[in-house]
Amino acid sequence: MRGAVPCRRGAGGARAMAAGGRGWFRALALGVSFLKCLLIPAYYSTDFEVHRNWLAITHNLPLSQWYYEATSEWTLDYPPFFAWFEYVLSHIAKYFDPQMLVVENLNYASRATIFFQRLSVIFTDTLFIYAVHECCRCINGKRAAKDILEKPTFILAVLLLWNFGLLIVDHIHFQYNGFLFGLMLLSVARVCQKRYLEGALLFAVLLHFKHIYIYVAPAYGVYLLRSYCFTANNADGSLKWRSFSFLHVTLLGLIVCLVSALSLGPFLVLGQLPQVISRLFPFKRGLCHAYWAPNFWALYNAMDKALTILGLKCNFLEGTKIPKASMTGGLVQEFQHTVLPSVTPLATLICTFIAILPSVFCLWFKPQGPRGFLQCLVLCALSSFMFGWHVHEKAILLAILPLSLLSIQRAKDAGIYLILATTGHFSLFPLLFTTPELPIKILLMLLFTVYSFSSLKSLFRREKPLLNWLETIYLIQLVPLEIFCEIIFPLTPWKRHFPFVPLLLTSVYCALGITYAWLKLYVSVLTERIPVRQKAE
Amino acid sequence: MEKWSLMALTVLLALTVRWAVSLGSYSGAGKPPMYGDYEAQRHWQEITYNLPIRQWYFNTSDNNLQYWGLDYPPLTAYHSFVCAYIAKLINPDWVALHTSRGYESQPHKLFMRTTVFVADLLVYIPAVILYCFSLKETSAKKKVSSALCILLYPGLILIDHGHFQYNSVSLGLALWAVLCLSHDWDLLGSVAFCLALNYKQMELYHSLPFFCYLLGKCFKKGLKGKGLVLLAKLAGTVLVSFAACWLPFGTDVEQIMQVLRRLFPIDRGLFEDKVANIWCSLSVLIKIKNVISPRTQLKLSFAVTFLSLLPACIKLTVQPSLRGFKFALVSCALSFFLFSFQVHEKSILLVSVPVCLIINEIPFMATWFLLVSTFSLLPLLLKDELLLPYAATTPAFLAACLASFSILEKTSAEDLQLKAFSLSLKGYVSWFKSFPRIVRGLAYLLWKKYPQAPLPPWQLREDGKGLWSRNWKDIGGEHSSVSTLQQFLIKQQNFHLFLRI
Repeated sequence: MRGAVPCRRGAGGARAMAAGGRGWFRALALGVSFLKCLLIPAYYSTDFEVHRNWLAITHNLPLSQWYYEATSEWTLDYPPFFAWFEYVLSHIAKYFDPQMLVVENLNYASRATIFFQRLSVIFTDTLFIYAVHECCRCINGKRAAKDILEKPTFILAVLLLWNFGLLIVDHIHFQYNGFLFGLMLLSVARVCQKRYLEGALLFAVLLHFKHIYIYVAPAYGVYLLRSYCFTANNADGSLKWRSFSFLHVTLLGLIVCLVSALSLGPFLVLGQLPQVISRLFPFKRGLCHAYWAPNFWALYNAMDKALTILGLKCNFLEGTKIPKASMTGGLVQEFQHTVLPSVTPLATLICTFIAILPSVFCLWFKPQGPRGFLQCLVLCALSSFMFGWHVHEKAILLAILPLSLLSIQRAKDAGIYLILATTGHFSLFPLLFTTPELPIKILLMLLFTVYSFSSLKSLFRREKPLLNWLETIYLIQLVPLEIFCEIIFPLTPWKRHFPFVPLLLTSVYCALGITYAWLKLYVSVLTERIPVRQKAE
Repeated sequence: MEKWSLMALTVLLALTVRWAVSLGSYSGAGKPPMYGDYEAQRHWQEITYNLPIRQWYFNTSDNNLQYWGLDYPPLTAYHSFVCAYIAKLINPDWVALHTSRGYESQPHKLFMRTTVFVADLLVYIPAVILYCFSLKETSAKKKVSSALCILLYPGLILIDHGHFQYNSVSLGLALWAVLCLSHDWDLLGSVAFCLALNYKQMELYHSLPFFCYLLGKCFKKGLKGKGLVLLAKLAGTVLVSFAACWLPFGTDVEQIMQVLRRLFPIDRGLFEDKVANIWCSLSVLIKIKNVISPRTQLKLSFAVTFLSLLPACIKLTVQPSLRGFKFALVSCALSFFLFSFQVHEKSILLVSVPVCLIINEIPFMATWFLLVSTFSLLPLLLKDELLLPYAATTPAFLAACLASFSILEKTSAEDLQLKAFSLSLKGYVSWFKSFPRIVRGLAYLLWKKYPQAPLPPWQLREDGKGLWSRNWKDIGGEHSSVSTLQQFLIKQQNFHLFLRI
């Protein structure tokens, strides 16, 4: 196994890395930050207004009104810590342009507002940069890489800092994922460094910043229980039940409860908890987002549509009985299935649960230290992406970023990473649909993809090729797909009648790749042998 | 990683930065009645598309030369014509005669930006890549990092993709010429240079080194044998390429004379706005423009320019070498920039690009110069609301140079290739021993001075005419101190480069 994760390098080693590595790491971090600054005048989505509105809400209204205010349609639907974060930002914002803090100023976007909001994303990304630095420290790769460009830590830093998805989602589309992923990676790094309490604390805080991270909570829960609450293993790696530590469980519980109390406590006292919860989990939205995230349900919908057309052709179905909305594709939120049974939120919940279960079992019964934890984390994120209710395409980053950590350690994971990252990032393309941003998204995507392929290839050049011919063909096909969707299709007469076709094609094609990557990762995790070198300490 | 993938990454990064800069504002955006260079380029498209070629350079009822009349050589006009043809296909309003004046819209901006982007991609970037690959005695990694630094040079990016001009075409063609000369394809090189010269007359700044280098080469081969043949061939090539470029205007002498009058306007004054050259900095002390008559100004500047050119040119003619050629390109362009008549601040790009060519030989000095040259464009960039791209690209460029050449560690006299010079001076001036320290100190001061915007840039944009821009215009003291600093630095550079060749 190449470059295992055993962490906590000696202090000397860490210092040596810091001394030799400070220069290139700083250059990478600064470089990407300047690039982010250049993107300030670029297009931004409605999420920009969402966050401006939250700034205004938290700045002007008392705590009791935060989750009730509904002047704008973009109501506050993130957990309280994020609201507090906006509250803090708003106190800086007032020096830039106080007008942006007026709740009634809908769609207000003065230059100062844009400048402030964009800069706030860039500056909070510092946490992400720090987290990447910590992650690089806890990965010790090949010891003697002469060329700095072939050091695993260097490659990891680029893959994380220059991640295409994060760049376009945060710095063009506009969101604050950077520092949230920073918190997650930092907690991962802490867990890998065996500083479990810190890791748990960070993750608990993260959950109260954005609740989407609850998808990966099972991995945290099981891993902390297995490695922290039980302090020892038997000689064969199985669990030693008697090593259960009440102290550790109490500490963990205390941390989680304290953080939750800090976050939700005020609303509990105000008696607003149900309102907060209903804002956080809006099950009124449809199964899929307006643009289908490339997951299992995209395939399901496409199958339904194909069967409908087939049915109409062969006269199994009557045209009059078919609901209108089913033929407008991804344009409406509600998708009515015609042939296949409709999907309820409960069904997706059960599917997600079942999909996550094996990975969690695997983490419990085949402990492999931090590597197993990371694998389980990625599988949890991917499984919930595959089967979740109303999944956004952006959620794929939740799997891609942690998988970067695995990709530089084993050739097998690197292959999966390349498939997942390329298709996942490609599926983000419809986020930016404005023409001035077209070149930038293509250039950035090429930059990231060329880098990830060439660097991982050179890292594992002694092993068999990372991708087989089928996978290669699949990935190359993305190029004609993009050309068709962005250039050829708008010129054809179908554009007016079937405007959803490019989105549908992108979604379904990417769904294939992501499903494949998910299955491949699952198979590789389940069939992996346990290294017998686990010591019974 | 393999060389090609590193180079591909470099190019992709350079293209990304270019396009990201182009998302910003451009010269004269929303500023009637004259607008800026963006409108000038659009207007040329309008003129060249709608009027017959005989009227392009003449003042007619359809072609008001006072309003951005065409004042670049024919190749620019042809380029405008081609662009206009494409523009017409997309939206005829963009190039409609008269009615399109001052046309601005988001799709049109996108179109114009794309034309610059494509020109850059086709002419300048390949030239840089090939040049870096042809560098001798360097590792593959060094070649890639030179390419990275050259392609990330902020001055050219900001002027072409921010301010809006097509400098990359003429500079790229000149680079192609250098590339050809370095492979001993002299005829091809002279064709490329003629094209550059016919794209922008400012390429005359580079013409003397080309001339002297080729002449010296002919001398070296012996003026009675091979040298004469080469000279004849070269002369023929130059004549033919010029004739080809000027063919449509060759119908009568008046046409050619009119084009030439448009290209070299002598009534525009000694310098414009804030140029970091001798005349502008002297005018802090003496208002030369008021003291001396324009005719004398012209003669004076010509004489001084000629004198300052002479040493480099003579040396190059006597000992033509490729290395000397590159240094002479820098030195001559600098002489023109510092002393000649009617210099624009943008002309510094003509110096910067040759400096880029020697960045792998004298990384510290070259980086320093490139930073200062970008800094000297700051007043222009502020006017165009390009402070943000400036503030982002310049430190990024510095970081790239630091990472690829570790320039700060190589500041000893040997590394700066000033050993002989400092030795010769050491006897006379004792403080010269601390020269490297002074250099470093100055560089430090300069970098300290960069983040000098006291007000956030958005305040500048709110009322169109923010405090910042007023400061620059009205408060002469501040301006002149900054400009003097720039000038001092640039002159010092010139001095060093001069001594070396």
